[in-house]
Amino acid sequence: MTEDTPPTDPVPPHGAGAQRSGNDPPKKRGVPEGVWVRCPGCGQTVFRKLVDERQGLCPECDHHFYISARDRIAHLLDAESFEEWDENLRPSDPLGFSDRKPYAERLVSEQKRTGMPEACVSGRGYLRGRPLALAITDSAFIMGSMGSVVGEKLTRAIERATEQKLPLAIVSGSGGGARMHEGIFSLMQMGKTCAALGKLNEAGGLFISVLTNPTMGGVAASFASLGDVVLAEPKALIGFAGPRVVEATVKQKLPGGFQTSEFLLDHGFVDRIVSRPDLRGEIARLIDYCSR
Amino acid sequence: MPAAPLLPFERPIRQLEEKLAALEADPDPSSHLRDAVRALRREIREKTREVFENLDAAQTVKVARHAERPQTRDYIELVFDEFVELHGDRAFGDDRAILTGFAKLDGQRVLLVGQQKGRTLKERTECYYGCAHPEGYRKALEKMRLAEKFGLPVVCLIDTPGAYPGVGAEERGQSYAIALNLREMARLKTPIVCCVIGEGGSGGALGIGIGDHVAVMQFAYYSVISPEGCAGILYRTEGGATPANVDRAANALKFTSDHLLEFGIIEEVVEEPPGGAHRDHRAAAGALKESLGRAVRELSGLSPDELLAHRYERFRRIGQFEEAVAAEIAGDASAEDATTASST
Repeated sequence: MTEDTPPTDPVPPHGAGAQRSGNDPPKKRGVPEGVWVRCPGCGQTVFRKLVDERQGLCPECDHHFYISARDRIAHLLDAESFEEWDENLRPSDPLGFSDRKPYAERLVSEQKRTGMPEACVSGRGYLRGRPLALAITDSAFIMGSMGSVVGEKLTRAIERATEQKLPLAIVSGSGGGARMHEGIFSLMQMGKTCAALGKLNEAGGLFISVLTNPTMGGVAASFASLGDVVLAEPKALIGFAGPRVVEATVKQKLPGGFQTSEFLLDHGFVDRIVSRPDLRGEIARLIDYCSR
Repeated sequence: MPAAPLLPFERPIRQLEEKLAALEADPDPSSHLRDAVRALRREIREKTREVFENLDAAQTVKVARHAERPQTRDYIELVFDEFVELHGDRAFGDDRAILTGFAKLDGQRVLLVGQQKGRTLKERTECYYGCAHPEGYRKALEKMRLAEKFGLPVVCLIDTPGAYPGVGAEERGQSYAIALNLREMARLKTPIVCCVIGEGGSGGALGIGIGDHVAVMQFAYYSVISPEGCAGILYRTEGGATPANVDRAANALKFTSDHLLEFGIIEEVVEEPPGGAHRDHRAAAGALKESLGRAVRELSGLSPDELLAHRYERFRRIGQFEEAVAAEIAGDASAEDATTASST
């Protein structure tokens, strides 16, 4: 599922980290360190504080930098309202898998580097006073890929949203799709999350899926595509097969804008493209339209 | 049809078979010769068992992809008494990589969904080597809904390297098509019996793989990623998907039928004839027919509510993780010292 996603080693995707100087350890997460950052969207060097103030948007071109799951919670939910679910779930290594380093070691180093135990944060809170179940996958942790813990946390969140009749929003940032290090267990998380969404759907619950850069492979081909309403941040990379795999298959240069949010909207798979600072208001409005 | 290419580990078996053929060519064998023939036959059986009992994952993939391995079309002939093919997804077209239609299994009416890779070049081109487009997954779902309406069990034969990775597939919503199948199959109010007959290539396989009973044939495999794709990522700095790296990746992914059974991912391994399904289509079909028929009969006794609850639980329980206790969370985020309450 992860055929074309970038390697898991280098830290945050899409340009974040470009400003890192020579020997510094990899940055934890967020917009790269330093007073100035170079924007991969417009190439301008911009004042980092301005980017942070705009929820990770470039002040010149609105390029959406990577932001962490924790920052998203702060942007989306009312202050102090978040109650985390299942923060005690920890990944294991069911295959005894090893690539350039053993998966068990990779997990520990990813945990240290990101400060997160896994790639998903879930819980409930209030968004402009409306109760909401919220889950986020963070692309900093092994490309936000879905293994057993991500699948379990999402499934529990979906089940609780169903039981407690809460609207559910899942924000996906998963370039890694289903996590190959956990093999078949990861693949089956696609079925598990979708089965839970099937029950939520039958119960008449609302699911808003927010696609962010990047959402690929087994995550795109499971829960992330199944929103009653599907929102996407501008210019996110979203697709099933990675662009390099597609390019190798069709043996031609891919059209510009292939597999972007705008491409998906044009082809009918995204309802609205929403800039990050507007997400909060958009989700609140959707909840109001879809409440019974 | 030209002789199938010989797999390297089949060579010792082929050598014995050639010896046997030479002995058998004698039109008037002496009793001594007849004894030798018998001994040689026994030796072939033993050699075949020995070789195929010890295949590693990389060799298993070669068997699963064997050009002469029976495909859905072969099993339609050998397993089912009748097949009434139904075409089209009612939206875009008719994807030849997924065959759908009514069929009779042991006198029982079923709806068959089967991935077809094709054998001749023309057939392979038509069905993209078994890689379905979104319209294939939509077609499968349309026909499964038809089965649900009339209370027919669904039988899915899985055999794909993966869903097609192309421009058109992305434009027409490959992700959404697979995702929707996962959700809708989980709630389909009729029994679903699945068997991976060759390659179970990631999301493309799972897209028709949400069943009440999932089996894998002995030398088939079922994986989150192809060994080539995995090697390309993991050993990127060591030459990528070279044959040696692909073998390494195949063995690391633990996707063979014995592992899948041990992990609780599947209900059953369908045994293949000695030397693999490609050496004896009829015997392979017999074993598959027995497995499918039994599963359909067993599930037919369940009410729709029982079926759905059972199917939900079947996928719900899959996953391996640890649940740390509160005190340890405060200390260290690492999984190492967590008290385990792991679930499988």
